[in-house]
Amino acid sequence: MSETVDYGQISKNGLWSNNPALVQLLGLCPLLAVTGSVVNALGLGLATLVVVTSSNMAVSLIRKGVSDAVRLPAFVMIIAALTTCIELLMNAFTYELYSILGIFIPLIVTNCAILGRADAFASKNKLLPSTVDGLSMGMGFLLVLVAIGAIRELLGSGTLFANMHLLFGEGARGWTVTVFSNYQGFLVAILPPGAFLVAGFLIALKNVIDSGIERRQEARKTQPVKGSKRVRTTGAVS
Amino acid sequence: MLRVSSPHTHIRRDTGQIMRLVLVATVPGLLALTLFFGWGSLFNVALACITAVLCEALVMKLRRRPVMFYLRDCTALVTGVLLGMALPPYCPWWLVVVGSMTAIILAKQLYGGMGFNPFNPAMVGYVVLLISFPVPITQWAAPAGVLADQVGFIEGMRQIWAGVPIDGYTAATPLDVLSQNTSVLMEDLYQTDPTLSTGLWAGAGWEWVNIGFLLGGLFLLYQRVFTWHAPVSMLVTLTIMAALFYDGGSSNSGGSPLLHLLSGATMLGAFFILTDPVTSAVSNRGRLVCGVLVGVLLYVMRHWSNYPDAIAFAVLLMNFAAPFIDYYTVPRTYGHKKSRSALDKGEQ
Repeated sequence: MSETVDYGQISKNGLWSNNPALVQLLGLCPLLAVTGSVVNALGLGLATLVVVTSSNMAVSLIRKGVSDAVRLPAFVMIIAALTTCIELLMNAFTYELYSILGIFIPLIVTNCAILGRADAFASKNKLLPSTVDGLSMGMGFLLVLVAIGAIRELLGSGTLFANMHLLFGEGARGWTVTVFSNYQGFLVAILPPGAFLVAGFLIALKNVIDSGIERRQEARKTQPVKGSKRVRTTGAVS
Repeated sequence: MLRVSSPHTHIRRDTGQIMRLVLVATVPGLLALTLFFGWGSLFNVALACITAVLCEALVMKLRRRPVMFYLRDCTALVTGVLLGMALPPYCPWWLVVVGSMTAIILAKQLYGGMGFNPFNPAMVGYVVLLISFPVPITQWAAPAGVLADQVGFIEGMRQIWAGVPIDGYTAATPLDVLSQNTSVLMEDLYQTDPTLSTGLWAGAGWEWVNIGFLLGGLFLLYQRVFTWHAPVSMLVTLTIMAALFYDGGSSNSGGSPLLHLLSGATMLGAFFILTDPVTSAVSNRGRLVCGVLVGVLLYVMRHWSNYPDAIAFAVLLMNFAAPFIDYYTVPRTYGHKKSRSALDKGEQ
């Protein structure tokens, strides 16, 4: 294992080209359930980020000591232990958010994006690459969560960053941006169907951007060489 | 003379012709709506149609398909008309526009356009509005004769475009009255409620709207646009359900069969929504099953849920189940003794 590790590629994988939420479609349960507002999405996203990073680190450290046969139970135990830590921390410091997110904090254990990274990456790589992978995957997941949360909050209640004091303390109470005043509220966006719709549109948007980039690269590759000596042929070419 | 062998049947109509027949058939119902509830429904229909056609053209442009070819089949117009008639008269303009956009873009074009949508677009648009904006969508205008004067043009326009409320133009629909008053005598209800007391059978206005849609439906049936199976089985089931749970005395027991048949969106649902050729079951037996289940669901939701009417929910649920129903009701093919379900494997 003397080859150099491409950290840029690892981060790009997590944040964009292999994004857990938009490409792998893993961890859809929290993705759909708690993204009714930015603060909920951010809370669960941060918790997931911490768990996936630290579990990647732990799994990478013990990867040589755990045999193949028992690796999955071992990984799950590690993730469960870390999730319990996060749950207790949130219970202690952000109690209101903790009670809003409810069952979805312990359910981080079952987020297959985390177990997937532990098994697919951390158990085969050294500490530093695994940490970077965990960070970028967690960030990728967090960003999508916050994006969906922002869109649903905006459509559903016409505000942005409401109730941020649940996460950032009393100083954040005034962060609420009322985008539309006297807004009726497009309730479907906050209800479960809205989560599916917004997630679907985000996936479509990502695919559109990707195909646009691809087309541009394709066009660059096949640029005609100036002054080519193409011989004009007439008649049938065999 | 051309000598040809069987089959001798040929395609008589294309989609556009069928859809134009459906549009013609909505005229009696729309006329009754306009006569009894004012010009609001006509306005809704016009606005919903314009939005639907514009959205359809936009998506066709984006998908690089021939725009005029798809507009000429009139399916967007039918969706607009059905949605416009389902929405309450004089509702705010954005309600109609959002509903129509949802119907065409979300429920129809995102699934692949005409023929590929699993759910009836107009009903998806209606349900999205019903869930999102429960207050404005349940404000039905009072039928003519119940209140002193009809809504005028100026004040109607001001409510639609600027949200300036009209004073007391609404009245509870017969189904609203039934679901809100749970422990009175039916007879009292018929005497005290203005809508029910001025009507002949099922509330002023509503009975004629339903009879209008029934006439339009019979016209379509006569033209063989659809078969009788789905609407008849739905209406018969609804009648049986209503008769079973009606005791004639207390309003706890649900309305009489006649009230259920001639109020709300019963006839519109039976003849114009349930018979959608794209989203309904395709075999005749499947349509019978579908109609029965819609009838049962409709009554159950009208009687025991918080919603006074439930055509949209019942039909959407059955749209969901239609492929499953088709799977078990494959018709007998010519040359075989009995019909087989799609489950049977073996000799083909």
